[in-house]
Amino acid sequence: MKADRHYSPSETALWLNTMTASLLELTHGEQPVMLGVKTGGVTVAKHLYSAMELATPPGELNISFYRDDFSRIGVHPQVGPSHIPFPVDEQTIILVDDVMYSGRTVRAAMNEIFDYGRPNRILLAVLVERSGRELPIRPDVTGRKLDLDANQNIKLSEDFSLEIKQR
Amino acid sequence: MSRPIFNPQLTPLGDLRHLLGIEGLGRPILEEILSTAETLVDSSNGTTRKVPLLRGKTVANLFFENSTRTRTTFELAAKRLSADVLNINVAASATSKGETLLDTLRNLQAMQCDMFVVRHSASGAAHFIAQHVEPHISVINAGDGQHAHPTQALLDMYAIRKFKGDLSQLKVVIIGDLLHSRVARSQIHALNILGVGELVTVGPKTLLPEHFRELGARVEHNLDPALANADVIITLRLQRERMKSASLPGQDEYFQCYGLTQRRLQLASPDAIVMHPGPTNRGVEIEASVADGPQSIILDQVRCGIAVRMAVMSITMGNVERALHENKQ
Repeated sequence: MKADRHYSPSETALWLNTMTASLLELTHGEQPVMLGVKTGGVTVAKHLYSAMELATPPGELNISFYRDDFSRIGVHPQVGPSHIPFPVDEQTIILVDDVMYSGRTVRAAMNEIFDYGRPNRILLAVLVERSGRELPIRPDVTGRKLDLDANQNIKLSEDFSLEIKQR
Repeated sequence: MSRPIFNPQLTPLGDLRHLLGIEGLGRPILEEILSTAETLVDSSNGTTRKVPLLRGKTVANLFFENSTRTRTTFELAAKRLSADVLNINVAASATSKGETLLDTLRNLQAMQCDMFVVRHSASGAAHFIAQHVEPHISVINAGDGQHAHPTQALLDMYAIRKFKGDLSQLKVVIIGDLLHSRVARSQIHALNILGVGELVTVGPKTLLPEHFRELGARVEHNLDPALANADVIITLRLQRERMKSASLPGQDEYFQCYGLTQRRLQLASPDAIVMHPGPTNRGVEIEASVADGPQSIILDQVRCGIAVRMAVMSITMGNVERALHENKQ
């Protein structure tokens, strides 16, 4: 059994710095826009947006309508609608989430994005990539890889401290 | 703590499975429907989005009573959720050949329908159907007799919140034939559950009995004073058949006493909104210039109807699926 852990804001700040540097390099010469997956991804996106000094504030994605587990959990879009304050067409989009696990959220997020237009490309940035991928989707930029048991939960707080606990 | 009363609309977990009426539903359920409806509207242009939530599902519109607006918005709502839709005009089909309601239902179940949207002239018809359907089917009441029209009431709540905000700060006045109105009954329940500030009903004594007080509304028979400081004015359709009965002296006299005119509208708050569930009888319950005027949101109500019906359909179908999934495990 893998141990529970706590990462302090100063530890996660290092991961965020790495992510910022990689994203600046990957989008060099471009003016990318950013979309955070509600709700954890929005917190990370806001941080990366100011660290990268992007021109446009990040948008917010609600992925409820494209989740593939409707038959198990029903519809629970309690996080409010997507808010994309810029045209998606022909943009370089940085899609941001706090944790990537199976890859299903990312698939749903891409469906949601394509409802709004056809971007030139999408880059995926996640603060934590945990083991257990179920789809052929990988992040372009990762803050930290973590190998966790299936019954462990990751919780990111607003102050960027990260808690790993048994469910 | 008292045990909750059995409610045929809810799953054992307390989630909405059928929508048969507003009465007995908790505020969180109504709020969930309204906030889900909000997420289904594209904020950039105000249209409802097309989403795949009910892909592979079949929705049967069972209309035992005619209705164009309600049936069409339910059909659009189901299509925007990517469901397949069957429109069955039951009045003109098998029931007129003597088939019983239950036989019609069994046939539709055999066709693998997942949801019945039911409009019927008899109060309680949707409840009856809900009691007899298989566990994978959800039933939505699209109006039953004089009992309930829950999706109309919900879309009205959605429209009121959209145009006027917090219900607890509002005075709502409902005018007309409340006695025969399923819309009004559902509206009164919904407004009270959502905590409306003040609720006044106005109509002639023959069409607004004193016992409406028990539903949680003030009962008035004189329109002009009741309109003072009103933020929301809901006019109800006066059904022509009432004129033939002894309930009313005549159309002109009704308009004089209870018609919403420009002059009367000025008695309300200057930014009051005017609503009507349709179809309107111009010159009977509402003056044409008021129905078409800047304070009227009658067409916005129709627009809100699609998003609200999408929300109801996706929530109920999702809860049915979830209950089945948990039973399997």
